Amino acid sequence: MNRRSPEPFLWMLFSSGGMVAALMVPILLFLFGIAIPLDLWSPSHDHLLAVLRNPLTRLVLFGLCALALFHWAHRFRYTLYDGLQLKRYAVPIVVLCYGGAVVGSVIAAGLLLTV
Amino acid sequence: MATETTLEITLEVARYRPGVDTEPTLQSYQVPLREHWAILDGLTYVKDHLDGTLSFRWSCRMGICGSCGMTVNGEPQLSCATFLTDYAPGPIRVEPLRNFPVVRDLVVDIDDFMTKLPKVTPWLVREVQSPVEDGEYLQTPEELDEYQQYSMCINCMLCYSACPVYSLEPDFLGPAAIALAQRYNLDSRDEGADERRDVLSSPEGIWACTFVGECSAVCPKGVDPAGAIQRYKLTAATESIKELLMPRSRSRR
Ligand code: SF4
Ligand code: FES
Repeated sequence: MNRRSPEPFLWMLFSSGGMVAALMVPILLFLFGIAIPLDLWSPSHDHLLAVLRNPLTRLVLFGLCALALFHWAHRFRYTLYDGLQLKRYAVPIVVLCYGGAVVGSVIAAGLLLTV
Repeated sequence: MATETTLEITLEVARYRPGVDTEPTLQSYQVPLREHWAILDGLTYVKDHLDGTLSFRWSCRMGICGSCGMTVNGEPQLSCATFLTDYAPGPIRVEPLRNFPVVRDLVVDIDDFMTKLPKVTPWLVREVQSPVEDGEYLQTPEELDEYQQYSMCINCMLCYSACPVYSLEPDFLGPAAIALAQRYNLDSRDEGADERRDVLSSPEGIWACTFVGECSAVCPKGVDPAGAIQRYKLTAATESIKELLMPRSRSRR
């Protein structure tokens, strides 16, 4: 039964999500939260849109959003289990957490494809 | 020096006598505050001079045997390696290790840990033992580095006492046992990784760990059991994915 447990896969998503978020979020925050507002860098709207519409950018951003959401889901699940002692509600918690990550990923994909 | 012996510090020691007390209670003792005295020396002073009924475990008095673990002011510590002066002016609360049943006073029942340890096959496993005449299994310094840190464990159980997962899930294999498994898994002479895998990657094994990291924070030997667990999670997850992609890759099952 151990072999069929989804835990290794969920953990893989969790740890890769943590890694990509740690690598990319600070860069994005710096660019869009500091550099652009302070006029350190002022790309035109058209330029940014063209970058965003590049399939590679879409793929990378989708990966970041989805993996970061699965990272959250895994962490939040255990916070509810152990931190708030809610393990008896394991099934709804799993549905809420990973289901939320799936829904969030679909929304992210939708947004990225329609910009 | 003349004043040194007159200084005192208060130890508030948890007392529990089975069959007499229903709950542990704190009892205060005044012990000399000497510069080189560890908590354990204070307790020995109590036992020798003030109250011979106090029970606690110790052996080496030098941080090697792992038997003197206690909760000092709320933190798991080796009582022989924790000094009175660090807590001056006191009082210092000395309680048994948390997460273990108390046998008496500061002595805890370590059976759970002792039954878990052998589950990880903590010895060198060889498919074929080469004859003694062939000499030693040689190892490079780099190969030694791979596992040496995990071999420093003295089984003091401070990590179990600090682990919130172990307190919630007593079936959790626990930090030291998993670090010990990695001590052998990462040894170039060992061939037992497959044998250890079922125990380690079970729900009571590495997957119960939520990477709180307290075990590594309290470990007096720098073993970093949390790191050992995370490292094995990557190994186990990689193996699981490999198996999913190539279901027949494991010959022995
Ligand atoms: S890993 Fe560290 S804290 Fe845990 S039993 Fe070994 S020496 Fe003690
Ligand atoms: S008495 Fe041996 S480790 Fe403290």
